[in-house]
Amino acid sequence: MSSLFNEVTSTRSDDVPVRRVTITVNGETHTADIEPRLLLAHLLRQGLKLTGTHTGCDTTNCGACTVLFDGRPVKSCTMLAVQADGHEVTTVEGLNTPSGLHPIQEGFKDEHGLQCGFCTPGMMMAAKALLDENPAPSEEDVRWALAGNLCRCTGYQNIVKAVLWAAERMDDTEAEEAS
Amino acid sequence: MAIDEIKIGGMGARQRRVEDNRFIRGKGNYVDDIVLPGMLHMEILRSPVAHARIRSIDVSRAWEIPGVRLVLTGEMLAARNLAWMPTLSYDTQAVLATDKVRFQGQEVAAVVADDPYIAKDACEAIVVDYEPLPVIVNPDQAMAPDAPLIRDDKVNQHDNRVFDWEVGDRERTEQAFAEADVVSTLELHYPRSHPSPIETCGSIADFDRSTEKLTVYMTTQAPHIIRAAVAMVAELPEHMIRIISPDIGGGFGNKVPVYPGYVVSILASILTERPVKWIEDKTGNLISTGFGRDIYLKGELALRSDGRILGVRMHTTSDHGAFFSDAQPSKFKVGLMHSAFACYDIPTAHLTATGVYTNKAPGGVAYRCSFRVTEAMYFQERMVHAAADDLGIDQAEIRRRNFVRDDDFPHRTAFGFLTDSGQYTKCLDLGLEAVDYEGFLREKEEARKQGRLLGIGISTMTEPLGAGNSREYDILGIKMFDAAELRVHMTGKAILRTGAKTQGQGHETTWAQIVAHELGIPANDVVVEEGDTDTAPFGMGTYASRSTPVAGAAVSMVARKIRAKARKIAAHLLEVSEEDIEWELGRFYVRSAPDRGVTIQECAMAAYSNVPDGMEPGLENHAYYDPPNLTWPFAAYIATVEVDPETGVWDVLRVVAVDDCGVRINPMIVEGQIMGGLTEAYAMSSMQFITFDADGNCIGSNYMDYLLPTAWETPGFELHEVVTPCPHHPIGAKGVGECATVGGPAAFVNAVMDALKDTGVRNIDMPLLPDRVHRALTTGADVSGAPPVDPDAP
Ligand code: FES
Ligand code: FES
Repeated sequence: MSSLFNEVTSTRSDDVPVRRVTITVNGETHTADIEPRLLLAHLLRQGLKLTGTHTGCDTTNCGACTVLFDGRPVKSCTMLAVQADGHEVTTVEGLNTPSGLHPIQEGFKDEHGLQCGFCTPGMMMAAKALLDENPAPSEEDVRWALAGNLCRCTGYQNIVKAVLWAAERMDDTEAEEAS
Repeated sequence: MAIDEIKIGGMGARQRRVEDNRFIRGKGNYVDDIVLPGMLHMEILRSPVAHARIRSIDVSRAWEIPGVRLVLTGEMLAARNLAWMPTLSYDTQAVLATDKVRFQGQEVAAVVADDPYIAKDACEAIVVDYEPLPVIVNPDQAMAPDAPLIRDDKVNQHDNRVFDWEVGDRERTEQAFAEADVVSTLELHYPRSHPSPIETCGSIADFDRSTEKLTVYMTTQAPHIIRAAVAMVAELPEHMIRIISPDIGGGFGNKVPVYPGYVVSILASILTERPVKWIEDKTGNLISTGFGRDIYLKGELALRSDGRILGVRMHTTSDHGAFFSDAQPSKFKVGLMHSAFACYDIPTAHLTATGVYTNKAPGGVAYRCSFRVTEAMYFQERMVHAAADDLGIDQAEIRRRNFVRDDDFPHRTAFGFLTDSGQYTKCLDLGLEAVDYEGFLREKEEARKQGRLLGIGISTMTEPLGAGNSREYDILGIKMFDAAELRVHMTGKAILRTGAKTQGQGHETTWAQIVAHELGIPANDVVVEEGDTDTAPFGMGTYASRSTPVAGAAVSMVARKIRAKARKIAAHLLEVSEEDIEWELGRFYVRSAPDRGVTIQECAMAAYSNVPDGMEPGLENHAYYDPPNLTWPFAAYIATVEVDPETGVWDVLRVVAVDDCGVRINPMIVEGQIMGGLTEAYAMSSMQFITFDADGNCIGSNYMDYLLPTAWETPGFELHEVVTPCPHHPIGAKGVGECATVGGPAAFVNAVMDALKDTGVRNIDMPLLPDRVHRALTTGADVSGAPPVDPDAP
């Protein structure tokens, strides 16, 4: 078996150095023994089987791996999993609730904000970080917030629309909840 | 009452995509998401140098690393006759290098280990002794008399020439030039570029010794071609090979060829009897897999002083890298370069072409393009632009004067293609009106007085999409047609399978819409499956915008076969003769008594429960579709820009696109394709290219050097449409996926050249980086982009 990631229950047979970490992912707390060099993206994908977080480059440019780290967007390919010890991570799998899709997810579908879907999880997480901080962004705000995420298919215009769509929808829901 | 077609998600509906339901939840199923029991991981060691003899490879230290299961070198492959493989253009390509490395990034060895980190460690532990050789990075160097021979592995290869080829009428064209009032010439380089989908290439090979069956999950746009290739290369029986192409994170031509990584992972699985996963890193993808373009043009137009084009002469020199592995129909050496000037009514044309080997990655894939059509249209529109300037004729007017007229179809182009439909002037005029052409020209004049540089660029073109027909188009002898299978279940729900393979184009939605259009079965009741060669019917795959023209047509045809059988069932149910039956969407009825009818769903039920005597039960069929011709969409793209004379930085002001791709099945998806294409056009014109230094080091080997525009740089797009149905396609559709990538770049470049018109500069090679524009502004001279570049230059 791979030495990169072992649930604490499994026994280890070699002398690869490991660190025990406890990370909360999408509200669920996991403890694992990991190699210190293991990237957060790989812990999520291979260790926790959360394959919605994609990796598309080696240089922190594409943003396909974007997750929320204590609510802030980070590129999980450029963070060691040990750095996440004691922290909270939200991935695309944590975006929708059992009761339904997040407005960002609905917006991406409704505005045709995706084609191959490979960049989409990262885009949506970056968008979530934006809307959490700025519920009523301008088109320019959206374009700037997504500038760390590459999409090769869509030309961005519909992604921007999708995020604005979600912002409007979230505004409505909040207004409803308030009243 | 007839069904509302839009309501059931038929033709013309902006149907939201079914595939999105999994993608927005992070539930896509890409190759790297797949985990098989006992799976091992493979990494590839690549050459750091561009041209060298391999003195020795020492893998002993790699073997010592715990967790390493297999180390493979070219020698071990050679022992199994697998060190070389055929390319898609009748050349050979090294799988793992044996004698020499011929480009930076070439595959030299592979390690299979328990996890990818160990495999990477082990790759670094391999010691290769290279003896450097002189390096060639452009055609001039390749054709120099004392040039080192790159392909010394080939008998009878005495220089670095790949081919010489010609098409058109030489004599008649010479005559036209002799009679011309003006000859306009232009020399250009279309730089090497990379399709660079965000997902890289990868595979999981799973050879099962007990069944002798090989299953390969693979990032491929053309699973059936891969199955055939694996059968031939690995000499495995075709029925024992199953290629599964799951969700693909973008392809754009990059995922058509067979790459060494796939082949080695297959061999590794056979040797280890374990599933072996190989996922390429981004650098591996950019420096070794199929590039696009890298071609030089000497272009000449014979002109009458009123702007009419009397003849075209083109000479292209294409740089194929170390192995000629262009993915293209076998008849044509520079793809469909000779589709250039198809929208213009020109008496004669002649093209000569030379291909050369260099110490660069092989490829020449149709990067979001039908086999060099992108280059053809770029050359065409840059030449027309220069000709208008040479003659002092307005940019729009010179095009209007030369367009094939609406009543002139079918039209035989100067190079021999048959175009069949279009409204070229209408499209251009719609675009000019949208951009307020006259107004912009005035604004530009005003700005000029204040020292500001505004420019407008026009690009108009028709291009051949949807290869075959099979008479003329084949890949390695396999004819280019496609198939679809439709099975209607008893409750009227259906499953459709095709031999195409979506990579973001939305086939799962679009094909269901065609079924809805033909049968009245709601699109949501049709599930679409592609990409598994054990279940999908044969097909040549998805590239070159051929899905809708070919596979989409097959979907129509199979649905019509189903309808023909359902009609017989309807006659039986309604107890009338078949001739008395009429069809409206979703329902057969008795002509004389329209109230008496049965729905397609009722016919489906009867197909399994109450068939007429002598009829075979069930409601399923298949169709192979061999298109009678290519489809010929037309587009007019117009860009306006402002160039900063101080810095050479240029900003896009507006982009207006008028696309006529025939009947639109799902307008939302079509618009998405156009915007994606325009973005790649903007990318190529402004920032995205792969080049090399004199040592053959690839510049553009990662996303820090290979620049893709982000949401921040990418301009907004204004889309317009004209609809001229394709006369031979069953539902009148034409290809569209690549139009904007093909036609777009010239609009941006022409706009910048227009802004620089007063400087006398005729050409700056793409990408129009600020420093290139600045150099043109300050020197008044053309700027070439041909490699080598000096990476340390300011
Ligand atoms: S994979 Fe993390 S930025 Fe590209
Ligand atoms: S949808 Fe394909 S990369 Fe964005």
